[in-house]
Amino acid sequence: MLRYTLKRLLSLIISLAVASVVIFAVIEVVPGDPASFMLGVNAQPDTLAALRAELGLDVSRVQRYFNWVGGMLTGDFGTSYTYRTPVSQMIADRLWVSLPLALFALTLSTLIAFPSGIYAAARRGKPGDLTVMGATQLGIAVPNFWFAMMLVLIFAINLRWFNAGGFAGWENGLWTGLHSLTLPAIALALPQAAILARVMRSSLLDILGEDFMRTARAKGLSRRQALWRHGVRNALIPVLTIIGLQFSFLLAGSIIIEQVFYLPGLGRLVFQAISARDLIVVESVVMLLVFAVITVNFLVDLAYAAVDPRLRSRT
Amino acid sequence: MSLLQIKNLSLSIHGVPILKQVDLSIAPGQIVAVTGESGSGKSMTALAVMQLLPNGAEASGAIRLHDVDVLNRPEAEMCALRGASIGMVFQEPMTALNPVKTIGDQVMETILIHKAMPPAQARTRAEEVLTRVGLPPDRFPLSRYPHELSGGQRQRVVIAMAIALRPKLLIADEPTTALDVTTQAQILDLLKGLVSEYGMGLLIITHDLAVVADMADRITVMRHGEVVESGATQHLLRHMRHPYTRMLFEASGHQVILPDTVEPRPLLQVAQVVRDYRLPRTGLLGPQRHHRAVDGVSFTLNKGERLGLVGESGCGKSTLTRAILGLEEVQSGEIRLDGQPVFTGHRPNLAVRRKMQVVFQDPYGSFNPRHRVARLVTEPFHLLERPPTGTERQDRIAEMLTAVGLSPDDSNKYIHEFSGGQRQRIAIARALIIRPQLILFDEAVSALDVSVRAQILDLLVDLCATYDLTYLFISHDLSVVRTITDRVLVMQSGRIVEQGETEQVFSDPQHRYTQSLIAAAPQLPEIGQGAA
Repeated sequence: MLRYTLKRLLSLIISLAVASVVIFAVIEVVPGDPASFMLGVNAQPDTLAALRAELGLDVSRVQRYFNWVGGMLTGDFGTSYTYRTPVSQMIADRLWVSLPLALFALTLSTLIAFPSGIYAAARRGKPGDLTVMGATQLGIAVPNFWFAMMLVLIFAINLRWFNAGGFAGWENGLWTGLHSLTLPAIALALPQAAILARVMRSSLLDILGEDFMRTARAKGLSRRQALWRHGVRNALIPVLTIIGLQFSFLLAGSIIIEQVFYLPGLGRLVFQAISARDLIVVESVVMLLVFAVITVNFLVDLAYAAVDPRLRSRT
Repeated sequence: MSLLQIKNLSLSIHGVPILKQVDLSIAPGQIVAVTGESGSGKSMTALAVMQLLPNGAEASGAIRLHDVDVLNRPEAEMCALRGASIGMVFQEPMTALNPVKTIGDQVMETILIHKAMPPAQARTRAEEVLTRVGLPPDRFPLSRYPHELSGGQRQRVVIAMAIALRPKLLIADEPTTALDVTTQAQILDLLKGLVSEYGMGLLIITHDLAVVADMADRITVMRHGEVVESGATQHLLRHMRHPYTRMLFEASGHQVILPDTVEPRPLLQVAQVVRDYRLPRTGLLGPQRHHRAVDGVSFTLNKGERLGLVGESGCGKSTLTRAILGLEEVQSGEIRLDGQPVFTGHRPNLAVRRKMQVVFQDPYGSFNPRHRVARLVTEPFHLLERPPTGTERQDRIAEMLTAVGLSPDDSNKYIHEFSGGQRQRIAIARALIIRPQLILFDEAVSALDVSVRAQILDLLVDLCATYDLTYLFISHDLSVVRTITDRVLVMQSGRIVEQGETEQVFSDPQHRYTQSLIAAAPQLPEIGQGAA
């Protein structure tokens, strides 16, 4: 198990290193000098040079790469070209919205998907299964911003249980923060839950056909006992994979939902930074997302091993 | 009074009749074997007793266990019965256990699910039964996972689960079909021992008539869902009344006479071949370990010769086969076909590759279901530099299909339209179509019913006469190898421990391993000649 973990960890570090080179190279290839972009076409050459030096653009590319990576390792992500504020601060502010939102949505999605997937698998072909399958079909087909608008219409405008948008901030208490993230989290969670429920169902159906499920029944377990004791854990591997993918998506892919609910999240930050050609922000956010994705994959790998003893003994 | 009484059991699944008026009874301490070919309904009979039938099954008649009517019992009461009064052992030990739970947990579950005793006591009982089936906890701790055990050991765990509560009836559905002969002998001994020790009734389902004759008190022969004949073993063997029973026994011991070989000249030369596999390291910095699957193997196969290769699973048969086919590179030694090496540099030698073909075990898994037979049969053509086209291609397909006993019209059909035996004929046609110098039969008749197997063996003999086949016949089934080969190699732990003329090796084995293999293989009894 230790060997397995270390191997995964090593692969995590290598992936991060490769990703950082690729991200840096791609951003470097993008035409346009941020300094001249910031000062406009009529800038004086010496002002330009001064700004370039200030932004750290006057050294060689290799040097710039190491400065960038070294800075990130110490928490210094550089200074935003457009806002002239530390990028780390900008990201941290947004992360405090996006990360809880992603976790909130993922928790909701799992809480919805597991029971409905298991329920559907246990009643394959019966009305319960067909209902769940119909609902997930709808959940996948309907875009999440539509859910978002419906939620606002019902719960914010008609019932007035929630605010229609904006983020109250964590300084007013955990409950207030969560309260303002609830509607966006539900809107994000519904399509994800639909996908996850389908994966759970089909994975479980595969397992239900396995020989060991018959063995369990021959021991005297009821259908339900066999499903819970022998089925669910074996069905988890593909489900964990999807959960890992969904988390990565939720962290950065919620830009439309952030827009609908007026949330200051990472998605909006990236969008603004790209429009403003604030490359250092883009670079840093992308690197952060890559870091999140790779870390989540690492955790998923560890979860695989926790679920399946065969992986622990293999390397 | 009988323990299990099945009377007039009829079963249909989604309206398709599966069982017709089956009668069967088992007394305590008695071993009853149900035998027959695939589709005869023997497994369904067992599942009906367990009431673990597939969806859409409708049964009529009566199944009584002691005085309990099993057929009309509510599901909750059946759960109480399964595992406690009836235990069941399945065919495939590799998949019959939950891979994510320890063997201790799985054996204890039988006890705990019936609330037969408190957890601490259940643990002791689990240790006892595992010891009884030959897995003492000091060598096989309860914390082992199934993947850490061999097939035979896993089957012992399954048996331990089935007998943990000392059921009155044990059902074993092909319990040894997936196991090697020596392991099979041990498992059958274990089952026999348990029956006499616990006074259980044992319903054993098997297609292997040698096993049946060896251990059963009574035999029931089934065909197409009907019992065609049943009776006390010795009596039935002496006086087979039904022609189907007679046919089954004759086909099981089917003998063929191979045509004489042509002038011997070396075709396949295997010299000092070694194949290593890397194993996972034990600790974090443990040394790199290797498993030597093939260890210094040398032999020569002459043109026109039919060579057998026998040995138990894990002995290196398959690895050697893959090496000969040039599918894997060997670490040292050399394999030459017709003087040319199968591997040049680190790449398989295509010029040699097109002189060899292979027929695999599974007639269901070895064809692409989306292609028609014509395309399937001509697959090896891609090995040729100038594959035949147009009418020449059509002629070749027609010739091959005819040669294997099918019709040229079959070339437009899809593979699902054929039975297992017909598929194996198509596999042979596919191997033959480029007239290879060497064919490898990798357990090619192991998955077939005895009557079909007999037909395929006859077909091979015909083809030998027509095409002067040279083949390597790899099998764990000693009786088949004995009749279909001229010479045989016996392989153990990666080494050839004995080789020689087939009849010589079988009648007078020299190596201890060969002797133990032959001793472990159950013998078909002499068939009685008295009745018609």
